[in-house]
Amino acid sequence: MTRPTRLSPGALSSALRGGTGTVAVLLTLIFLVIAVQNPSFFEGPPLMAFAKKAAPLVVLALGQYLVIVSGEFDLSVGSLVGAQVVIAARLIDGDEASTLPVIGLMLLFGLVVGLVNGLITTVLRVPSIITTLGTMLILFGAVRYWTGGAPTGALSEGFRVFGRHGLDGVPVIGQLPWALVIAAVLTVGAVLLMRSPYGRSLMATGDNDTAAAFSGVRVRRVRTLAFVGSSLAATVAAILIGGFAGVTAQVGQGLEFTAITAVVLGGVVLGGGRGSVIAAVLGALTVEALFTLFNQLYLPSTIQPAAQGLIIIAAVAYASRRGDRRPPRHARRRPVHPNDRPLDPSRR
Amino acid sequence: MNAAPLLRMTGIDKSFLGVRVLHGVDLELRSGELHALVGENGAGKSTLMKVLAGVHRPDGGRIEIDGAEVSFDHPSRARRAGVSTVFQEFNLLPERTVAQNVFLGREILSRGLVDDRAMERTTAELLDDLGLEGISPRARVRHLSVAEQQVVEIVKALSHDARVISMDEPTAALADHEVEVLYRIIARLRERGVGVLYVSHRLKEIFDLADTITVLKDGHRVDTVPADDIAPADLVRRMVGRPVSSVFPERLEPHGEHVGRVRLAVSGGGNTRLDGIDLEVRGGEIVGLAGLQGSGRTEIAHALFGVDRFTRGEVHVDGRRVDPRSPRRAIRAGLALVTEDRKARGLALEQSVTANARLVLDAVNPFGSARRAARVPGLLSSLELVARGGPRQEVRYLSGGNQQKVVLAKWLVTDPGVMVLDEPTRGIDVGAKQAVYTLMRELAAAGVAVLLISSELPELIGMSDRLVVLDDGRVAGELPGGSDEETVMALATGATREAVS
Repeated sequence: MTRPTRLSPGALSSALRGGTGTVAVLLTLIFLVIAVQNPSFFEGPPLMAFAKKAAPLVVLALGQYLVIVSGEFDLSVGSLVGAQVVIAARLIDGDEASTLPVIGLMLLFGLVVGLVNGLITTVLRVPSIITTLGTMLILFGAVRYWTGGAPTGALSEGFRVFGRHGLDGVPVIGQLPWALVIAAVLTVGAVLLMRSPYGRSLMATGDNDTAAAFSGVRVRRVRTLAFVGSSLAATVAAILIGGFAGVTAQVGQGLEFTAITAVVLGGVVLGGGRGSVIAAVLGALTVEALFTLFNQLYLPSTIQPAAQGLIIIAAVAYASRRGDRRPPRHARRRPVHPNDRPLDPSRR
Repeated sequence: MNAAPLLRMTGIDKSFLGVRVLHGVDLELRSGELHALVGENGAGKSTLMKVLAGVHRPDGGRIEIDGAEVSFDHPSRARRAGVSTVFQEFNLLPERTVAQNVFLGREILSRGLVDDRAMERTTAELLDDLGLEGISPRARVRHLSVAEQQVVEIVKALSHDARVISMDEPTAALADHEVEVLYRIIARLRERGVGVLYVSHRLKEIFDLADTITVLKDGHRVDTVPADDIAPADLVRRMVGRPVSSVFPERLEPHGEHVGRVRLAVSGGGNTRLDGIDLEVRGGEIVGLAGLQGSGRTEIAHALFGVDRFTRGEVHVDGRRVDPRSPRRAIRAGLALVTEDRKARGLALEQSVTANARLVLDAVNPFGSARRAARVPGLLSSLELVARGGPRQEVRYLSGGNQQKVVLAKWLVTDPGVMVLDEPTRGIDVGAKQAVYTLMRELAAAGVAVLLISSELPELIGMSDRLVVLDDGRVAGELPGGSDEETVMALATGATREAVS
């Protein structure tokens, strides 16, 4: 089977064909428009402010990337961010000394949520879109119940350092935000993870979980760990967002869709097995840049969800147009003889 | 022979992707007759049936019913013309009732609404007519046994006033007592003047049921004979009838410590599909598993590899008892399985050659994977893999033969002690086949125990040192390598034992 040959495309459309290239071009275009509107944007401090604001979404996109590449979804991250911020405020309650223990507790809570999402999806065979929709509602309701509707307590200064401050006195840019450092470190970590045996197994699982299982991949474990990664990323994002924006009842709302939009915009194909970490990060930066542009154009912030909706449809349609999409899973399955018991040890 | 036959097919041609699978096949079927279609795997039986069913359009030839030419461009056209087909894979909706399935797409209406009662009544009449009161028209299909589902398919055909019913391996999934029910139904159908076209591998059934037998081979009609005029052994000869070619590489001088030692031993292995499987493969040996489709060849591979399990019996690898509960454990124990279905089970198609080739290492042996994966490029080039895009090329763009080389590399890099190859040359070109054969010889010479599963008898006979023949989930017998095809087929189709009993 050979790839259908096409007429030699120009450099631009050749860059547009791959996911990473497309989103890089898109990000550049948006930055150009921003720069025309506001020439000072690329002087150090405004750019660092942008990075500080974009960092949580980058971290969320990294987590969502792991789950999507394994062929699943995680809708619970927005609620989890909200829950974590509220938990932090209530437990720290302005007490500097309890900052670190509470952060440890938050990571533990994130780990548990990820395990629950992963195990329900892989062991109980509930489709992840339903599993995480469920945990999203449970977390949302539980937090409201616990706080009686309005968040109480306060975050400590020590907690807010990560989202708000940085390394001062750096030439040109002034301050290097900790949020940027954290997002960059996690990005490098994710790139390395995807090159590790685990990452390769995860990618293969998203591509063809039956073949992966026949090759000795522990499909359930690999997928469950992806959910844990996503929940831990949401926890880190919560620390950054809490520090940056403070505590409100709405914090985290809708972030799961922003994260999915970012990943899809990066050309990471829904259904799994395709797309790079860098593309997901560029997708997150593009979404954030677009929001910044909307602000500059004095568009109401209420337009953001509508824009996200358009982006997510357009991005998936664009990926399908490239002809890289496989037929939907059910169409790939061979008809099963009624006497056949399921043979593959993977979960579907 | 004055009236026109019920069904006449003349000069049917069919090609897929330039490969001719039917060469001017003729076939006649009379009212009340059972005409059996026999041949090896790939002889063209299924294609001919699908042409008749309107699933495939023939490239040439005529189909006549009662002397009038018909053309089926869709299965529904064939059904309307009175030709129904019961395929091996049923087309039933599991959550609907028997009656709803029978009338699917042409429900009986009453005042614009579906009249379930009327459909159930009619279905009950049809069932009674076949002497099958045991099945309720209101039962949901998912609760029926395979045999009962097959009955529903037949009733569905009858409800279309089918005059020709063709059946593809109808007994493949049936137990013995269920086969008797099928025999009874077929007798009723013939009394009613229905012509039955019957495809089966099982010679016993063919001689029990058929009036006429047509033998297909490589897409040609070899012969059409009255069943009374031919002996089973003669029929097998006509099905096979070809010289064994000498394309298989010579055996190599074995070396290595494992040569001659029993590396894989199964004793009394069984599960729902298999029973009493005894099997031994020594280092340096290629053992062929022969048998018809559904005889349990792939099931043995899957049970060994932890996809399925043996619920009875024991498996020993290199003298150690193992219980392969998952592919991972099987791999750890030293097994490798080249799966029959390369695309669904062998490869992650959108990943690169390298990613696929090192997937087993990554999954099972993560800590040593980088070091051992260093051998992948060398392995791939020794297999003469041709990937225009280099090792980063996605495997979906490779030819079948090259894809198979990636699968082989993925297992070779794990240094397996026992290598199970399920249809390793299916759908690959001649050159790649040679590479696979050579590789098998090299593996055997290096002391690996090789278990080969293939439906291509010449390949199985030409490559194997010993043949274990399966029939219906049991070991029917063992033959030396180089046995002739007739002997193997006779054992696999149960003809030998029939002759004895």
